[in-house]
Order: sequence, then C-alpha cells, then structure tokens
Amino acid sequence: MTGSPRMIAAAIAGVLIAAGIAGFAVTWRPAIAAVEPPSPQSFDPVLVKRGRELAAIGNCNDCHTMRGGSSFAGGLPVPTPFGTIYSSNITPDPDTGIGRWPEQAFRRAMRSGVDRDGQHLYPTFPYDHFTNVSDEDDRALYAFLMTRPPVHAPARDNQLSFPLDQRFVVAGWKLLFLRHGGYQPDGGRSAEWNRGAYLVEGLAHCGSCHTPRNGLGAERPDAQFAGGDVDNWHAYAINSQSPSPVPWNADTLFSYLRRGWDSDHGTARGPMAEVVSNLSSVSESDVRAIALYMADVFGAPAPDRIRHGEAVLAQAKMRAKTQAGAPAAQAANGAATQDWTMNATGASIYAAACATCHESNRALPYGGVNLALSTALSGPDPRNAVNIVLSGVRPVPGERSPIMPGFADSMNNEQIVALLQFLRGRFSNQPAWSGVAKTVLDARRMQTVFLQTSPGPSNPPADATQRGGP
Amino acid sequence: MMTLKVNGKDHVVDADPDTPLLYVLRDDLKLNAAKFGCGLGQCGACTVIVDGKAVLSCVTPLLLLDGKQVTTLEGLGTIEAPAPIQRAFMEEQAAQCGYCISGMMMRAQALLQRNSKPTDAQIRAELQPNLCRCGTHMRIMRAVHRASRLMDSADASPVIQRSAP
Repeated sequence: MTGSPRMIAAAIAGVLIAAGIAGFAVTWRPAIAAVEPPSPQSFDPVLVKRGRELAAIGNCNDCHTMRGGSSFAGGLPVPTPFGTIYSSNITPDPDTGIGRWPEQAFRRAMRSGVDRDGQHLYPTFPYDHFTNVSDEDDRALYAFLMTRPPVHAPARDNQLSFPLDQRFVVAGWKLLFLRHGGYQPDGGRSAEWNRGAYLVEGLAHCGSCHTPRNGLGAERPDAQFAGGDVDNWHAYAINSQSPSPVPWNADTLFSYLRRGWDSDHGTARGPMAEVVSNLSSVSESDVRAIALYMADVFGAPAPDRIRHGEAVLAQAKMRAKTQAGAPAAQAANGAATQDWTMNATGASIYAAACATCHESNRALPYGGVNLALSTALSGPDPRNAVNIVLSGVRPVPGERSPIMPGFADSMNNEQIVALLQFLRGRFSNQPAWSGVAKTVLDARRMQTVFLQTSPGPSNPPADATQRGGP
Repeated sequence: MMTLKVNGKDHVVDADPDTPLLYVLRDDLKLNAAKFGCGLGQCGACTVIVDGKAVLSCVTPLLLLDGKQVTTLEGLGTIEAPAPIQRAFMEEQAAQCGYCISGMMMRAQALLQRNSKPTDAQIRAELQPNLCRCGTHMRIMRAVHRASRLMDSADASPVIQRSAP
C-alpha cells in the first residue's frame, strides 16, 4: 500500500519546509541597529589604554593593516587554500569601518563571527578563539578601536569560488567547529597559568598559526599546537613535538616573546616577528603568563632531548669562547645523518658568507645565533631557512632588533640549495630535507610577488605612534 | 686562480674562493670606491652591482661570482665623464663625509635600471639597507630623482649597459 501522490508531495514539501526553517534558523542572524558614531571622548581613557594592550596581544594590527597602509584600515590579502580573503576596516569610519557599530555588535562579531548587518564572517577572522574573550575585554577592545583615527577604506571583494562565496555556508562551518562557552578556568592551576591559558586560547589565538588545519580549514583538536602553515612560513610545533634543538622553558619563552630573541634559540622572524613586536608593548605580567602556560603545553622534555639540548648549548658556548672551527659541531650532533663534509660548495659558502656573523662572539640580536641552536635548521621543512637566506632579517625602525642581509641577489638557486643542505647536515641531528630545490623556487616566486606588491619595508612595525598611550 | 669580470674586463685573481669580493676589489684591483663599513652586510657601504642587482660585496665570496658581471662605481663613469647617478649626487651635494655614498649610488643605480621612475616610497624601501650617519638622506632622495631625469637624455645612458655582453 502506497500513499497517494498528493500525500507524498505533501510529505516532501513538509520536510523541505522544515529543513528550510532549520536552515534559516542556523544561518540567519538579525542586523543590529546602527548607532551614531560615538565620540572618542565618550570612552574612559583607562579602558582605551587596556584595549590598546589587548589589541597588541591579539595582534590585530598585523592582519588589519596593509603594508604601508593606515593602521587597522584593513585590505590585507590573506591567502587561504580556498581563495584570498581581504581583512576588513576596523577603524571607526562610519561608512567603511565599524563607526556605526554599537558595542553589542562588536561583541557579537568577536564571539560568533557575525557582522553588524547579520552577515557571517569568514573564519580567517579567528573567532573560534575570540569567542573565549571576556565581555570586559571586548569592551576595552571596542573602546580602543573606536578611538583610532577613522580611515575611509572600502572593503575589497574576496576571491572565493562558489559555494564558498556564499556567506551562509559559514554557518555550517560554525555548527561543526565553533564552540561557544568562553574560557573555563582550571581551579587546580595557578591564577597566572589560567591567565596565560585564557590569553593563548583566546585573544592571542596562537593556535591559528601553530595548529594544523583540517580539509575544511578548521584547527584539528587532535593536533593542537603541532605546527601549521602561515604566509609561506612554517609555524613550528609548540607542544611536545617542538623541533627546537634546546627545549623551551618559561624563562626562555618569556625572553623570546618579550624582546624577540632568546640566546638559546635565536630570533623571531617572518610572521612571528610582528607578534613579538606587539608583545614588547604590553604588560610584562601577561607575557609571563603566556610563557608559563605555553611551557606547560610544551611539557617536560624527554631525557634524550634534554641531553641533546645540553650538548648543543655547551658546544655553542665553547665555540663562542674559543672560536673553534667546524668539527666541534658534529660532536654535539652525535650521529650526523648525512655526510655534510662532502658538500664543498655549501661549506665554502657557509664559511665565507655566514660564519662571520654566526660564529662571532657577538651577542644576539646583532650577532647571528649559533646555527646549532636554530630551530629553522632542525625543523621539518626548509621553508623558514630558505626565506631567511633569501630575504634576510630587516631591522625594525626604532627598535633593538636583529638584522641579517638577504642573499637572494648574490646566490643562485643551486648555491642556496647546496648551502641549505650543508647547514641541515652540519647543524641538526635530523635527516636531510627533501625537495629543497622546489622550496627555493617557490620562495623566490613568493618573494618576487611580495616585492611587487609591497611599497614599504618588509617588516613594518606595529604602529609605533600608538605605543606610548591610548 | 679565477677569472673575475669587473666593469667589463676580465681579471685573473689569485685569491681563495672564500675571499670576500670587497677585499679583491680594493686590495688586488685597487678599485676603492666600495668601502669596508661593518664587514657583516649590515651597513651597505660595500654595495656593488652583480648582474644588475645590488649586492653586499663584503659578504659575497668569490666562489659565488663565477661567470657573473661585477660593476663598481668606477665602472659607471669617470671624473671627466661622470655617469648620471654620479652627476646627480654631485649636483645635489648629497655627500657629507661620503663614506656611504658609493654604496648608495650603486644601490640607486640598480634601482633605476629596473625602474627608471621610482617613487619616494620605492627609493626609501630600496635604499633601506644602506646606512648614512651624517643624515644627508633628503639630498640622497633628491639625487636619485635627479639621476632618473638625467638618464632620460640618451647621451647619459650608463656605461654599465654598454659593457654588458
């Protein structure tokens, strides 16, 4: 016995309507009424100042400022596996920024990734972390942003293909991956540890770069802090899988995050340079809390890692004292996994172009780190080392910062490959990299694109004029 | 022994392959325009042009230069017939102590060969690796713009382009 065609049609229609209502409920968010832009004087300066520090911890300026552009005016292209997404203007410009947003709309964007009009925002804006930010901190961030100079800068169109260019699709992503509820303190831990955890998991959004993502672009909860990719750089694992030759602890993490280098590990480069530049301007206790929590995430190193780290450090210090030559390095590495002595070209380039700084007695940040301490050379892929050899490290104006010349114009690809393979063999205890030649080619291409699109220096500092006060 | 191509001429050089180019230029070839500043590639005083690109000669060993064309300031022009970049720096009085100026001119020359009408922002970005402690930066900026205009006249085309193979 089957139902009449009419009944079947009615059932199907019912299901479709139910699905439609459910879909509508999931995707639809109301607009929040626009307000007259509040005057900067209407915000408590103490709150604004707190907001400035929080914005620095959140590294907001990094994505929301174009190279050479106005602070927080957006427009920075963010490449993703799904297409290019442009950051938005978060200055209080009434027409193109957030000038007409009430605080409630700002808080909703942070917590749920929805803009004032009710549109879903793409998760390149890391609301999967910002959902953990407290109301109080959102209020301070809002006060800070609403007191910045308004900049008229219309949003640029994202380059996404169908169906990802439909914002309702993001609602589905949120159902799968956005966990509300805020940060839940761990009563068994110290207040400082909880402060660090609140910042790391929330506003500082460390996992956005340092946690690998799944096929849908969400952080993999089973691989938290296991290393990710950002802007053609590798963000190292910052958990027990850390590839750093010397294990990190709370003190070395603090010095690295606070001033941008640590003598046992080297200097922050690439996208991390901007993070540490921001962290140099916030309250010391917050950076200490982050360091304390992250040291716990790294965990206690295994005995063989401790031994290796001690050997590498002892050897680096001895070399600094005695200026001893090459052979000392290999002793610390124990079983070198490749015969680096055969790589005459790489060895000669290292001796002539690199060792003058990297084997000098000069302390960081102006002297080069002893490369046996370099995570770039012990890491799983050669991208960071290649980037740094090609582009060097530009000094940050007005800051005490590391400096290294780039070698893109003085070495050809074969020479850079030879150098990298030599460095890997001599200074790490890891197996040889594969695909170095391709990495060099890719990095060259990225560098060319970068040079064409950026008029300013490659490492613009955080807005220095806003460092001192609100 | 290796052959080094400098300013359009081949020089047979008796030096270890890891010798910095700067030492060979100054000590062996007596081309003293490029200066030793920091020896670490951090100040730009030693800048020369290699295959059209500005390169820090103090951290560039000979072994990287096989088959490449090196151009020093001496290769751009002479006292009697200064190149546009040199004329421009003189006319703008862009040198004070002058120690950085050879490097500045070489990096600016490389920029102008690539981009004959650079903006202020492009000049600043390009010359960022080169330090000047006297503070003649604004004059250097003007000199680069002036050189760009001078190069528009055909007779002022730089020697480097004629000597290329």
